[in-house]
Parts: sequence; C-alpha cells; structure tokens
Amino acid sequence: MIVEALAFYMFAAVAVASGVLVVSVRNPVHSVLFLILAFFNAAGLFVLLGAEFLAMILVVVYVGAVAVLFLFVVMMLDIDFAALRSGFIRYLPIGAMVGLVLLFELALIVGAWITAPDAASAFGAPSPDAAKIANTHALGLVLYTKYAYLFQAAGMILLVAMVGAIVLTLRDREGVRRQNIGEQVARGKRNSVEVRKVRAGSGI
Amino acid sequence: MADFWNFYAWPTIIIVLQIVAIVVPLLVAVAYLTLAERKVIGAIQLRKGPNVVGWFGLLQPFADGLKLFLKETVVPSGANRGVFIIAPMATFVLSLVGWAVIPFDAGMVLADINVGVLYLFAISSLGVYGIVMAGWASNSRYAFLGALRSAAQMVSYEVSIGFVIITVLLCVGSLNLSQIVLAQQGMWFFIPLLPMFVVFFISGLAETNRSPFDLPEGESEIVAGYMVEYSSMVFALFFLGEYANMILMSAMTCVLFLGGWLPPFDIAPFNWIPGPIWFALKIAAVLFLFLWVRATMPRYRYDQLMRLGWKVFLPLSLIWVVLTAGVLVATGWAPVTNR
Repeated sequence: MIVEALAFYMFAAVAVASGVLVVSVRNPVHSVLFLILAFFNAAGLFVLLGAEFLAMILVVVYVGAVAVLFLFVVMMLDIDFAALRSGFIRYLPIGAMVGLVLLFELALIVGAWITAPDAASAFGAPSPDAAKIANTHALGLVLYTKYAYLFQAAGMILLVAMVGAIVLTLRDREGVRRQNIGEQVARGKRNSVEVRKVRAGSGI
Repeated sequence: MADFWNFYAWPTIIIVLQIVAIVVPLLVAVAYLTLAERKVIGAIQLRKGPNVVGWFGLLQPFADGLKLFLKETVVPSGANRGVFIIAPMATFVLSLVGWAVIPFDAGMVLADINVGVLYLFAISSLGVYGIVMAGWASNSRYAFLGALRSAAQMVSYEVSIGFVIITVLLCVGSLNLSQIVLAQQGMWFFIPLLPMFVVFFISGLAETNRSPFDLPEGESEIVAGYMVEYSSMVFALFFLGEYANMILMSAMTCVLFLGGWLPPFDIAPFNWIPGPIWFALKIAAVLFLFLWVRATMPRYRYDQLMRLGWKVFLPLSLIWVVLTAGVLVATGWAPVTNR
C-alpha cells in the first residue's frame, strides 16, 4: 500500500511539474519533451488504477506517434526567441481568461463532492468485475457492443480528418517525373536493348 | 521490521537480481553481436574479419569498448547540452527495458503482464526519441537531416508492425507474450502467416535503422547522421542501444512467429534441450538474417523506402488482418479466452 501511495505521489507530482514546465520553458522543443514526460506519468497513473491497456495505448498513440510528429514540426521551426517574448503581454489577457475559466471548472468539479455528495455513487461499478477479467477484454465487451455506433462514428471523424488533410496538401504539379516501379520491373532485354548494324560513315 | 523485510526488501532484492541476470548476458550478447557482424560480413566478402585481439578475435569487442571508454567526450559548443546528453541514455535505456516482458521459458519472465505485446510495441515505438533528440540537440545539419529521416521512417514502419501484431493477436486471443508462445504449440505462426512474417522482419529492419534502411546514418550522404557529433562513451551508448534493439527485435520475431522457447518438434532429442537455449538459438538465427541482409543489400533510396512502407506493406498487412479475421470466424478457429 505504501509503495502504491508513493508511486502515485511521484507520478502525480512529476506530471503536474512537467505540465507547468510545458508552458513555462522558453524553448519549444523542451516544451514538447516535457509534454512527453507528462504523458508518461499519466500512463503510470493509469497503471496504478489497473487500466494497463489504456496506459499502453496512451504511450503508443500519444508518445509514439502524435508527439513524434509534434516534435518533428517544432524542431523544424526557426525560432526567434525575442519575437516569441514580445507577444507575451499582448496575449496575457486571453491566456489568463482561459486559465480562469479552467480553474473555475476545476473548482466546480472539486466542489461537487461537497454540494452533491451522492454524485460519486451515481457512477456504475465496472460492469464485469475488474478482478475476474483482464481490462483489455472488459473494454472490448462494451466498446464493440454498447458503444459500437459511437466507436464507428469516432472512426468516421478520423477518416474525414485524414481525407481533409490530403485534400489540403495534395496538388498535381506539372513536369514532375514519377517512378513507375511496375514498369521498371517489367522491363526486359527486348524493350530496352536494340542491336543495329551501323554502316560506316552514316550514323543512325 | 519483519514485515519490511518480507514485503519490501526481499522482493526488491530478488527483482534487482533478476534484472542483473537479464542485463548482463544481454550486454555480453551485444558485445559479441558486434564481433559476429564483422565476422559474418567478413566471411561473406571473403575476408577474415577481426582476428588479432585474442584467439579468433574473441577479445575484439572489449578492446573496442576500452578504446571508446578512454576517449574524450566532446560536447559541441552550439549543442543543447542537456538534451545532447539525455539522447544516448534514452536510446540505451529503451533498448534494455523491453526485455522485462520477454519470456525465456514457461514462467521464466521478469514481468508477466497482460499487455506484454503492447508494452513491447510501445517501447519499440519510443526508440525514435533518442535519435530525434540527438539530431536536434547536436545543432548540426547532417545530424538534423538524419533525425528527420529517422522520425518519418520509424513512424511509417510502426504502422505495419502494428497490423502484423494484430494478425498474430487474432490467432492467439491474448496480449500476454507467454500465451502467444503457448498458442504456437501446434504450429509456429510463421507457417500460416508467412507473408506477415516477411513484412514484420522487413519492418523490423526499418524500425531498428538497419541496412538496407539505415538512411538515418547513411554515411555516404550525411556522414553518420544523428551520431555525427558524438564521441567516446555517449557514442558507445548509441552503438550498444542499436545492437540491443536488434536483439530485442529478433526476440520479438521469435516470440510472435517462431514459437519462442518451444522446440521445433516435441519429441525426444529436441525436448531434452531446455527452452532458453532454443530461444537463444532462434534469436541467433534471426540475427544472422539481419547481418546477411546488411552484407547483401544496397541502401534504399528514401522515396522508395516511404513507398514500400505506405503503399506496399500497409495495404498488404491490412488485407491480411481482414483475411485472417475472416478465416478464423468462418472456420470457427477463433480462440475463445477469458483473459
């Protein structure tokens, strides 16, 4: 029990600290690296909750794919630190407002324990008993039955996003030479080499 | 006090000893893999390979290690110091932590977790960070180009590796690596899933940045890619990490397709040999393929690498996922488990 509590406080503290560092460090690449650290600690918290499948998916999807692309883009930015700091005062009111709204909502969530003490009991217990069944299996049981339509809808949204990205970036340029691998492989001696008798002094 | 010993101290000591028992042989294997690589490529090119230090060149890896150890660690003045130092450490650590879930024999595994194969997939997909961080922190054009290549390459091939793993999981019905091996008692998966085995092996080459997909290093175009600014032990960490990753990828291939610790036939002379030895032999066989490919194939051109990943492997593995699922459902072979 003590070990679990210690692990929880470690993961939580590192997650919060790296979250703060994401927005406070100057260098954007360091920001992304701290974001990755925050993801890792969130995954650690999932493991402590017994949701090891979600923890691994978090690492695979967010750290292994999303954050790599993030880092990829941020790394290629040519950063002007002076220009970055000059906008700080101008955007401070907007940023502060968003922060205040989030703080207010957070306070509401925490306050719900006091204002509506029955709210916690309204959540159902995990439908198959977590001790009897692996959580990968348990997730599959509800994801493909009860939430099948929502699951499909999420897939559709991703598909639309993908098609949108392709439509925005694909353009047909003139004069681009493309490689046709099938054509190259199918090329043989017959259609690539020609033997001719050249008469002296005349050329081909 | 007795509680402290029974519940905290002893388990910790035992786990640390188990980790040492995995890591030390692994590092020796990494050292000798570098020698094996030079010997195998030497033999393929009709040379002798290293044969001066020690009998048959057997002390060569240690001589190399000592040489690197005695050199100076140079940190370029334009480099981002912290990230520059963390990058090789990340590569090396990530190549070791994957071994926590690899089963060496029935029940002989450090952490027998339910989502073992996902854990391995996650760890192998994190390998890109060491390279990208190194390339960026070096503040050098060549290193940066290597890092960009590596990021695109590893993300691309990860996708097809994911689908190959799904195909295997469909046949097993569990994410636990020991269960995956046990499901192959009748037949190793590389027979019914041969195309997926080939896709996985080639994607593994790309994922570990091995020849013919070693574009992030590409010494003929970008010198040594992301490693160009590294020297001494920080370079050695990259080097060890790369070879440990190769062994990890081979172990993954063995677990998913070649029946892990199982003997090829469950009859007398074969099942006398203990499981870990079979496992090591299979890993060595896959590693030989890695080396053989390096000695045989020319390096891929970058656009062809991307084409192979996205236009050939991705559709092929997607079709095989659908096909496998269809066959399993139609024939009623789909595994029913409660795990």
